[in-house]
Parts: sequence; C-alpha cells; structure tokens
Amino acid sequence: MATQSSRATARLMVAPSVILLFIWMIVPLAMTIWFSVRIYRLLSPERSGWAGVRNYTWFFNSPDFWMAINNTLLLVGGVLAITIILGVLIALLIDQPVWGQGPLRILVISPFFIMPPVAAMIWKNLFMHPQNGLFAAVSRAFGTEPILFLQNYPMSSIVFITAWEWLPFATLILLTALQSLSSEQLEAAEMDGASALSRFRYITLPHMTRAITVVILIQTIFLLGIFGEIFTTTQGGPGSASTTLPYMIYKQALIAKDIGRAAAGGIIAVILANIVAFFLMRSMGKHLDA
Amino acid sequence: MARSVSTRRKLFFTVAAWSVALLIFFPVLWTILTSFKTEASAVASPPELLGADWTLQNYSDVWARSDYPRFFMNSVIISIGSTLLGLLIAIPAAWSMAFVPGNKTKDLLMWMLSTKMMPAAAVLIPMYLIFQKTGLFDTRTGLVLALMLMNLPVIIWMLYTYFKEIPGEILEAARMDGASLKNEVLYILTPMAIPGIASTMLLNIILAWNEAFWTITLTTVNAAPLSAFIASFSAPQGLFYAKLSAASTMAIAPILIMGWFGQKQLVRGLTFGAVK
Repeated sequence: MATQSSRATARLMVAPSVILLFIWMIVPLAMTIWFSVRIYRLLSPERSGWAGVRNYTWFFNSPDFWMAINNTLLLVGGVLAITIILGVLIALLIDQPVWGQGPLRILVISPFFIMPPVAAMIWKNLFMHPQNGLFAAVSRAFGTEPILFLQNYPMSSIVFITAWEWLPFATLILLTALQSLSSEQLEAAEMDGASALSRFRYITLPHMTRAITVVILIQTIFLLGIFGEIFTTTQGGPGSASTTLPYMIYKQALIAKDIGRAAAGGIIAVILANIVAFFLMRSMGKHLDA
Repeated sequence: MARSVSTRRKLFFTVAAWSVALLIFFPVLWTILTSFKTEASAVASPPELLGADWTLQNYSDVWARSDYPRFFMNSVIISIGSTLLGLLIAIPAAWSMAFVPGNKTKDLLMWMLSTKMMPAAAVLIPMYLIFQKTGLFDTRTGLVLALMLMNLPVIIWMLYTYFKEIPGEILEAARMDGASLKNEVLYILTPMAIPGIASTMLLNIILAWNEAFWTITLTTVNAAPLSAFIASFSAPQGLFYAKLSAASTMAIAPILIMGWFGQKQLVRGLTFGAVK
C-alpha cells in the first residue's frame, strides 16, 4: 500500500524526532569524550593539557570504583528481585475475588507518583531516623535498640526505599497480564488434578513472562541512573559505602571538581549501560514482535 | 464464566489484599497525617495518632517561608510545556512508524529507547556548560527542552503502540466510501487516536513533574520547580518534621490526585503495548 511518495512523507515525519534525539545524545557525549582525555580541574585551571588515558586509569585503580560498580549492580539487581517477586505475589492476591479492587489499585499505585526526593526524605526522616523515626519507636516498644538503618545498612536501606517506589509499577503491570489469563485454562487444569503450585508454575508464570520482561527493561533504564534517593539519604556514605557509579561521577564533578576524571567515569558508565542495553533490547525485541 | 466464590473466601482475600495495599500506602498516609500535627506532636514518642494536636499551622508556615506559588507554576509550565512540545514532535513520527513501517522501524524505536540508557550524571558537565553558554540555564525554556528530549523516546513508544492498534482496514473502507483525506483524518483517525494521546500526555506530565536531576542541577532560582522546593527542606532536624511533611504533601498532592484519576490508562500505556 505504501507508495514511493508516502514513504518519503513518512521519513519526513520521523526526521525531527531522530535529528533532535541524535543531537541530544551526540553533543554531550562528544564533549564528555573530549574532557575525559584532558586535564581539566576547576580548582586549578592553570593546569591543562592532555591526560591521555590517565583519567581512566585513575578510575580503574580507585578502590571506590569497584565498590561503586558493585553497589550499582546491587541496587539494580536488588530492586528488580524485590519488585518482581513481591509484585507477582501481590498481583496474584489482588487478582483474587475481592471487594473494592478499584480503591485497592489506587492505594497500591500511589508510591509511583511520589517524587523521588520526597520519597527518600519521608523514609529517611519519618521512618528510618534513629531518634524520631517510626521504626525507632517500634524498636523501643519492643525494648530493643533502634537500628541505625542509613549508617549501618546504607545500601540495603536505599534498595528498600527504591523498591518501594517501583513496586507499584511492577505490581500493576503484572496484574494487567494476569487479568488476561483465561480462567478456563486454569479450571481445566484444576479438574485434571493439577495442584495450585503446578498451575502457577506451568500456566500462570509462563503467561507472565512477557510482562516480567517489560518490567525488567523499563525499571533497569530508570534504576541505572538512580541519583536523588542517594543524594537525599546518605550522600553516598558512610565513606563510600553507598556510592553508585552515577553518584561517584557526580562526586568527582561537583565535589572534587575534577571534570576530566568525572568525564572518564561518565564514558565508563555509558559503555556499561550500553552493554546492559544491548542484552535487554535483544530479549525485548523478541517479545515485541506480535 | 465466573467461578462461584464463597463469601468466606472472598472475605479472606479482601482482608489480605487491603492489608497489603494499606501497608504500601502507609508512608504516604503517615506523611499527610504528620503534616497536620504540631512539631512537638510529630516527634512524640510513642507516636501519637488519635490524641495528636491537629493544626494547619505547618501549611501557613511553609507558605510564608517559601514562594510556593512560583515553584508550583514552574512545575506546571515545565511539565505541561515539555509534554505538549514532545507530543507535537512525536505524533507525526509515531504515526508514520505505525502506518508506514519500514524494515528499519523497529531498530529505530530500539535506538530511541537506548538514548535513555545514558546516565544523566555522566553528561552533567557538558549539559551544564551548554546551558550556560546558550543562556538556557535557569530558564523554563531550557527545562522544557531538556525534559522534552529526555521523555521523547517514551512518548514516541507509547504513541506508536497505541497507533498500531488502529486497524488499517477501517481507513481503506473509508477511502472506498469516498472519504477525503481531510475527513479521514478528522472523523476516523483523530477520534481513535485521542485516548492514546491522552494517556501518553498524562504519563509524561507525571514523569516531568517528578524529574529531580536536571530540574535541580540546571536551575537556581527563576525556573526552579517543586523538586527544588523540596530539596530546600532537605536538612530538617528534630523540630521540622511537621513542616517537612507539609511541604512534601504540597509537592506531591497535585500529581497524586491526577494519577489516581488516570491510573487505568497509565498502566496500559506504560507496558509499551507488550502486555495486553
């Protein structure tokens, strides 16, 4: 149906988006690559020149770097695991015959609408604060010492807060998938004597694979760049116990004011993100054919 | 065919599901409650609920202490502006990709999404310099542009999946019946596309409203939206809990209410058409 001229028009209609996105991507990227091979310190501007690969080797030799990679993976992996496992369970629960499914969905989706710095601030002060937080009050009620969440368990606390923010997204997408599962198939399996567990394992779970893939792809995109939650709660500390790769770059740029090193970190982050993206997109592409 | 369900079973699941939902919602509820307590009551131990001193003082304090209306207006302008501009650019693109797909269309869509994989912190300095040089720093125009570009891939994706569901045969049938191109667009395509466009718009207003990296790093005073407003309350020790809660409530309330009304459309749109 598509004629030569309609193809040309189609290209013209796509062009503005492609050009804008390309500029949005390539200009900052090119500048970052340039900075990453230069000596560029805001605090000593008289020293400038080629740095070669020294900014990169600094990063690789910094003990913080491996910690940051580890923390980034921990954050992404931890939040994905929690949101998907709890999301499946909660979706299964809400999918049961219950009164008030509409209001239920509204309560469950709410954390998704909360601005990340607000969410982090609520958890940090109203809940995890060692003197005035609600968790501390609960500890005291049981006669135990309040737990110093952000001091002693900074990464776990950040994973927890971030998982709270993303649980609604996972839950509701998985619920949408569940609701399209035909009940006849489940009933037939039940009549054939399949247990609840094997019905879940062999019918429900395969039906949800696609939804789980979508949750992994979209959450990973957002989780790789998590910044506000760390900035508001621990500032990457104590020490660098909760510093992720984006946060380490931020610290190099705005606290150490070493733009060259920050840029090298940025390029490393971009390369790592692209490796992740490549695998995600490939598996996602298969699922989007239909 | 609905299965007959015993009332008892339904009661059990209702109680269980509501308990879980309230647990998830509790931090939001607790913040809203705390915002109406006096500062002393907010940090009382054990926590006060029914016996708390209720007050509206925190709201008037926050209102007096900071220029809330300006932050609010900036949030509105930036989130709505970036969304409308994004739609203007994305609608033709998504439209042509959905109706005149080439063999590279899917790769193009994937590439667009992959531009979102670049961690914002990685390009902070270049962006900062570009914004300073072009005079876009701390302007609403600058943030509208930045957030539009940031969310453009999501807008295109969502619209694409909605447009793809419009059956091409309807267009052919209309053409056979002698509909002109103008009538085709006006009476057939537009009504079918509006729900998709509306939910794309809603989701992107929410994403832009809640964006808290560029909105904080690329503004100081003039263009600062509510994310910057809340960041200014970020060191509340001891006696500022109630005010912090009031400020938080003021920052999240508009979008929370909007999200509640649109939640059904949102979820569908967010799956990028991969989950029916």
